[in-house]
Amino acid sequence: MSRQVSATINGDAVDFLCEPEETLLDVLRDRLALTGSKEGCGSGDCGACSVMLDGRLVCSCLVLGAEAEGRVIETIEGMADGKGLHPLQRHFLEQAALQCGNCTPGFLVAAKALLDRDPEPSETEVRYWLAGNLCRCTGYDKIVRAVLSAAAEMREA
Amino acid sequence: MGLGTAGMRFEAPETLDAAVTLLHGEAGLARPLAGGTDLLVQLRAGAVEPDLIVDLKRIPEMRQIAAVDGGFRIGAAVTGAELGEHPDLKKAWPGVVEATELIGSTQIQGRASLGGNLCNASPAADSVPAMIAAAAAVTVAGPDGRREVPVEEFIAGPGQTCLAKGEIVVAVNLPPRPDHAGDAYLRFIPRTEMDIAVVGAGVSLTLDDGGLCTHARVALGAVAATPILVPAAADALIGTNGDEDALTRMAEAASAACRPIDDKRGTKAYRIKVAGVMARRAAEIALERARSC
Repeated sequence: MSRQVSATINGDAVDFLCEPEETLLDVLRDRLALTGSKEGCGSGDCGACSVMLDGRLVCSCLVLGAEAEGRVIETIEGMADGKGLHPLQRHFLEQAALQCGNCTPGFLVAAKALLDRDPEPSETEVRYWLAGNLCRCTGYDKIVRAVLSAAAEMREA
Repeated sequence: MGLGTAGMRFEAPETLDAAVTLLHGEAGLARPLAGGTDLLVQLRAGAVEPDLIVDLKRIPEMRQIAAVDGGFRIGAAVTGAELGEHPDLKKAWPGVVEATELIGSTQIQGRASLGGNLCNASPAADSVPAMIAAAAAVTVAGPDGRREVPVEEFIAGPGQTCLAKGEIVVAVNLPPRPDHAGDAYLRFIPRTEMDIAVVGAGVSLTLDDGGLCTHARVALGAVAATPILVPAAADALIGTNGDEDALTRMAEAASAACRPIDDKRGTKAYRIKVAGVMARRAAEIALERARSC
C-alpha cells in the first residue's frame, strides 16, 4: 500500500511514494537517486547511511520512509556549495582520510553535525561523537585529524 | 529493497486514543514505533513480521518532558539526546540521564527513547536499572484507560512486558527529588563505547542533614532474566553514612542477588563478582552527588 510522502530534502520540497516497509535510506537511494548515503550494515551499527532528520543525526536505515512526512532531511548531497566543497570534504581529500570511500559520506554528515554544535571539539570528543561510524580502511586517525583541521579552518573563516 | 515485510501497513496517529484504537483493533500483529532502533533491526532480521506499525511520535504527549509536582514526566518517545539536553532533568536525575546516554552511538541517541528501551525488555537495557533505582513508574494507556506500573514490575522476562494488547507506555514518571539526594548508573563493558552491558548497576539514595542515608534503592542489569531491584543492597546503606563497611556489605548483597547466565559477554562467576564492584562504585558516585546538593 504505497503512500505519498512530502518532505524537505536538502532545502527542496520533495514528494515521493513509498511502501511502509521501505526505509528512508531505501527511499533516498532507490526512489530519489540520492545515492551518496550508503548501506553498510542495515542495522544502525556502521553509520554509513547517516543523515540529518529535523536537525538530528540519525541512521537512515533505521527510519521508515513513511516517517519522513513533513520532516526536514539533509543528506551528503547537500553538503557542498555547488562545486565548492565543504571544508570537511576538502580536508578529508587533502589528508587522505578515506580509502574505499564507502563510509565517507556518513563520516562527513556526522562530523558536520558535531561542528555545527561544537566548533572546537577535542580529539576525544571527536572520537566519541564518531563512534557510530565504522571505517575498515583508515584506522580512523586520518579521519579524526581531518575533522580537527577542518574545524580549525572553519573557526578562522 | 525494504525490510522484507511486504504487506505491512503504517499509521502515524496524532492522538493517544487513536493509537490505542489502532493497536487494539488490529486483527493481526501490531507494533508501536518510537525511535525504531530496536524495531527496525528486528523487522530486517525477520524476527517480527507485523501487519501494522503505529508510529507514536506525532502524539505530543509522547514527545514532551514536563516538570510535574517536583518530579518529571518524560514522554515515552523522547530521545536520549533530548534527555541529555535538558539541564533541569540532568541536574535532578543525573544517573537516569547518563544511563540513557550510554545507549548506542550519536546516531542511535538521536532516535532511541526511554520508553523503547524499557519495552524492548532486554535484561541488559541500560536505562532500566537507573529508572528502577529512581523509583520511576510508567503511565500505560490502553483500551480500559490508564494505569501506573512501577518500572521494576514492567518487564516480565527477556523481550516480554506486562503490556496487554492495545496498551502502550505513554510516559516515564520520575518522583520529586529531596535535598541531599543523588543517583548514578554504571555499566561494565570491555570497550569504551558502543557495547552491551556485561553488568549494569543503578543506585539512588537520600541523606539526612547529618549525612546518614535515609533512603536507598539499588538495581542491577544483565545479571538475571530481567533487571532487578535489590532491597538487601539498599538496606546495607540505609542508616549508615556510606562508610567502607556499609559499601562492602552493599556490594556483597548485590553480588548475592545475581542470577546470571554464561554468555559471550561474561561468565556467571564474573558477572556476580563485577555486579558488586559496579554497585559499589555507583553508590560512591551517588553518595558524592547527594553530599554536594
